[in-house]
Amino acid sequence: MSLETTPASLQRHWLRQAFASPSFVAGFAITALVATVALVSFVWTPYDIVNLVVADRMKGMSAAHWFGTDHFGRDILSMIMVGSRNSIAVAFLAVGIGIAVGVPLGCWAAARGGVVDEALMRLNDLVFAFPALLSAVMITAIFGPGAVNAIIAIGIFNVPVFARVARAGALALWPREYILAARAAGKGKALITVEHILPNIASILLVQGTIQFALGILAEAGLSYIGLGAQPPMVSWGRMLFDAQTRMIVAPHLAVFPGLAIVITVLGLNLLGDGLRDVLDPRLRRER
Amino acid sequence: MSLLEIENLSLSIGGMPILRDVDLAIEAGEVMGLVGESGSGKSMTALAVMRLLPHGARAGGRVAFNGIDILAAPEAAMNRLRGDDIGMVFQEPMTALNPVKTIGEQVAEGIRWHTGANRADAEARARRMLDRVGLPESRFPLARYPHELSGGQRQRVVIAIACALNPKLLIADEPTTALDVVLQQQILELLKDLVDENRMGLLLISHDLAVVADMADRITVMRNGEVMETGETARTLSEQVHPYTRQLARASTHVPERGRHHAAVGAPTLLEVRGVSRDYPLRARRLFGPAQKFRAVDKVSFSLAAGQSMALVGRSGCGKSTLARMILALDRVTEGEIVFQGEELTTKTEAELKPARRNMQVVFQDPYGSFNPRHRVERLVSEPLHLADTPPTREQRRELVSRALQEVGLQPADMDKYAHEFSGGQRQRLSIARALITRPRLIVADEPVSALDVSIRAQILDLFADLNRRLGVAYLFITHDLTVARAITDQVLVMHEGRLVEEGDTDRVLAEPRSEAARALVDAAPDLGRAIARRLAEAG
Amino acid sequence: MTAFLLRRILVGLVTLLLASAVVFWVMEILPGDPAQLMLGLNATPDAVEALRQQLGLNQPLLMRYAGWVSGLFVGDFGRSYTYSSPVIDLIAERAVVSLPLAVISLTLSTVIAIPVGIFAAARRGRFGDTSVMGLTQIGVAIPNFWFALLLVYVFAVWLRWVPAGGFPGWSAGVWPGLKALLLPAIALALPQAAILSRVTRSAMLEVLGEDYIRTARAKGMPRRYVLWRHALRNAMIPVLTILGLQFAFLLAGTIIIENVFYLPGLGRLVFQAITQRDLIVVQGVVMLLVATVVIVNLLVDLAYAVVDPRLRGRA
Repeated sequence: MSLETTPASLQRHWLRQAFASPSFVAGFAITALVATVALVSFVWTPYDIVNLVVADRMKGMSAAHWFGTDHFGRDILSMIMVGSRNSIAVAFLAVGIGIAVGVPLGCWAAARGGVVDEALMRLNDLVFAFPALLSAVMITAIFGPGAVNAIIAIGIFNVPVFARVARAGALALWPREYILAARAAGKGKALITVEHILPNIASILLVQGTIQFALGILAEAGLSYIGLGAQPPMVSWGRMLFDAQTRMIVAPHLAVFPGLAIVITVLGLNLLGDGLRDVLDPRLRRER
Repeated sequence: MSLLEIENLSLSIGGMPILRDVDLAIEAGEVMGLVGESGSGKSMTALAVMRLLPHGARAGGRVAFNGIDILAAPEAAMNRLRGDDIGMVFQEPMTALNPVKTIGEQVAEGIRWHTGANRADAEARARRMLDRVGLPESRFPLARYPHELSGGQRQRVVIAIACALNPKLLIADEPTTALDVVLQQQILELLKDLVDENRMGLLLISHDLAVVADMADRITVMRNGEVMETGETARTLSEQVHPYTRQLARASTHVPERGRHHAAVGAPTLLEVRGVSRDYPLRARRLFGPAQKFRAVDKVSFSLAAGQSMALVGRSGCGKSTLARMILALDRVTEGEIVFQGEELTTKTEAELKPARRNMQVVFQDPYGSFNPRHRVERLVSEPLHLADTPPTREQRRELVSRALQEVGLQPADMDKYAHEFSGGQRQRLSIARALITRPRLIVADEPVSALDVSIRAQILDLFADLNRRLGVAYLFITHDLTVARAITDQVLVMHEGRLVEEGDTDRVLAEPRSEAARALVDAAPDLGRAIARRLAEAG
Repeated sequence: MTAFLLRRILVGLVTLLLASAVVFWVMEILPGDPAQLMLGLNATPDAVEALRQQLGLNQPLLMRYAGWVSGLFVGDFGRSYTYSSPVIDLIAERAVVSLPLAVISLTLSTVIAIPVGIFAAARRGRFGDTSVMGLTQIGVAIPNFWFALLLVYVFAVWLRWVPAGGFPGWSAGVWPGLKALLLPAIALALPQAAILSRVTRSAMLEVLGEDYIRTARAKGMPRRYVLWRHALRNAMIPVLTILGLQFAFLLAGTIIIENVFYLPGLGRLVFQAITQRDLIVVQGVVMLLVATVVIVNLLVDLAYAVVDPRLRGRA
């Protein structure tokens, strides 16, 4: 997608254009729904999942329990609502790490070039050589399972992704004439990076952010499934799937709903990313 | 029956009207020039003839090629015509060839497809065609890949592809716009030869009136999707019946009012360039071989006085832009010195350069790449104020921007808009305003008008001349276009392959060039007046 | 071309070296004494010390690192603490499950995705394209282990067409082995195919918008011909990159899938080794996987040079 996009003068038009994109609308709606559910879960869930009514174990779908109950008698819908907090928090913070560390590195490499750039590329190669999931497993297993280590493990693998995207974006902009004009105005590379480069790569970073967010949700679910993510009593969708596995024959609903929650959240984020790409560079709509 | 007959052609894309009632006819062996500025619809007319229109295009009217109704023909019939009876050459040679196929394959492919020839025969024919367009086997075997060829060479391959099967009609859409003046002359000569040899019709599309006047027997002038005037070239361009034709012709040869601004005797030397060179390291041929260098600028020396207007001309790749960047301290100097207002620039740090930068600003070529799309005009035009010793207050800044905008013919209220809200010519004015805001003594302008339409070009040249007269700003114009040099400069420097090969008064150098490079440039430069005179003389 | 490849090989070797340093260092900062862990809490300090000597744990860091790395070159990955057998043997045992699984998944994924991506690009904007986009959009969002659970439920538990898990060993016959790998391969392949088909489609669309495609059409080539003979080869360049990345992902993804299907593969090996603090095994498996990734990337680079002549001519 082209880098420099949509200045604020078209703001009203921008919003109208945003809502003309079906991907954006659908993605935004789903993502907003999931975010709302997560927020609401702090104050209310249909059932309390801490103080349990053991008699209601392993019930199927019913009017009282829309998604059924699990082996401890906890309401699945409530579990999913609480679990969303974990998925969102982990994925979001992991993206945060990726951007906070990766974007400055990528911009720096693009601005300096030469040895610094080569070094960054080699560092990126090094991190990419470690299959992400395997390494996340290693890190969480070695340093202890839990949400915090999951965030760090996933975040580490976001850094080279954002570094690469930021670097590619910045490299494409440095030869542009308005950057030369800024240099002729005596501005240094750091100032130019902040004033000119960052605002113009913001859109590709945003789109990449939604992609990495979605991947983070999948990664966190995988880690939790093998027991290395958030630990009980913290609720996580992956863990719910692990618990469901052995009981699947008698209670398939245990496996279906957490999985669907993951699919819907990731789908929403991907649609939002596609929609943002549409909105921020309408020229690309025809090619999509 | 004419070779090509277009009657009442109208075209709309996605509901937007692009062409309206276009009429055009070409006979066999005739060269028709289609002239117009951007948005005139000339390219779309050509694509309509080839039926290669974009998605969502609706065409009405009649397009007949040798009696065949193009608009109604089935796709299979069009595929038979394209490449065989009608060939097309496009503007951008660098991207026109498939990078993963050899040039031999790409030329032979069309031959095999249309004639069913076997591989050996098709390759033999392709070989002959490549020889014919000036790419001999010794240097350009069939196994060459496009990335191994320069722009001019790639364009020849494209012409070979288009003409391989002796088409009855060749459409050339701005075939030389991306090439420099000398290459342009060679390519146009090639096209003329092919037309004469094979009695091929040629539809030559260009925004350059002089090129068309030279090449075309008849001419059609378009504007905003409509035909303004059509007729024999010499008569149409000399009589200039239609006001738009008159406007185009005048703008093409426009020379701004300058009142011969000779730098006053004793005007101080503003800029002195002494023995400046620039080397670029090349990737070593062998893994452990010595690092090779490419010398882009080779020991160039010259001086520029205050208030003087000087052109730096040369073919593309001669090093003029590199030299300009070094003068602006935007690139390092490998050897030599650059002295500006008595201060040696090459050894200064960025902070020490501030006073020099204040007095030396730049205007670029591309009005669309010159501005950060996210900033408003006020911020864009005031960027050089970063060089002021004390940063101006908000009011001061707005005042300075307002003054700069007025000086270039824009409104102070424009400062709150975004760059994309302005046309190409207006954006170039903004560029000039930005260059003026610190009241520099020197403005370096790198091809400042080549990306503009002809009518706009004239206005911007006027603006440059006006500023030179009123404010005494000196200019260093980098250009490959001699008409621009002639229009607003007093002195000219000619560069060739990194070296300065000639310098002197503009008028003298362009009338009597002494160096070979300068002579080649002057010969190749299309001249509207000369072309019209020649045609009128031929007509008797 | 040779210079290009030599350079890439050099980069690959540097990456491997750096990776080995990282792997070794990560194992080092692990809390706890391996010898102690192996012998248990009741072991005498003397016994622990003797084991430490035997395992060479008292030597300086660099010497141990150098020893380990030089061992890798000759295929000596050390001896596992838990199983007391050479790590290389353990790896070989499990690799015969993981490697075929990865290869089958990659093949399946490619064979499905590339034609689908081309199909969608050819029918851009029309029903074929939108339906493919819709399906792949969902496919990309599906966690492969959840998909695996569903597959197990439908095909193993309900329909009983394939076993629900476990691996009989290749000695029990090729066909039973393949049947056991079928569901895992599908579970891994389909979400990957969704990604790959989207990448293929967008690479094709980008190529179809290039000028040289217009030149080909202007020669009289019909759309379909241009798609297959001009666009495809150019589009393969970005697709090859993703294929390389996918292989790495597939190898890593086997960790989780092997858990669902109880497959005795490399993933389970490394997972168990981590929980048992069997560092030598972990080091060995991780280095092997990293080396595989580096080699696959080199192969991708080689493929680039074959497909794209611009990389060949460069000195």
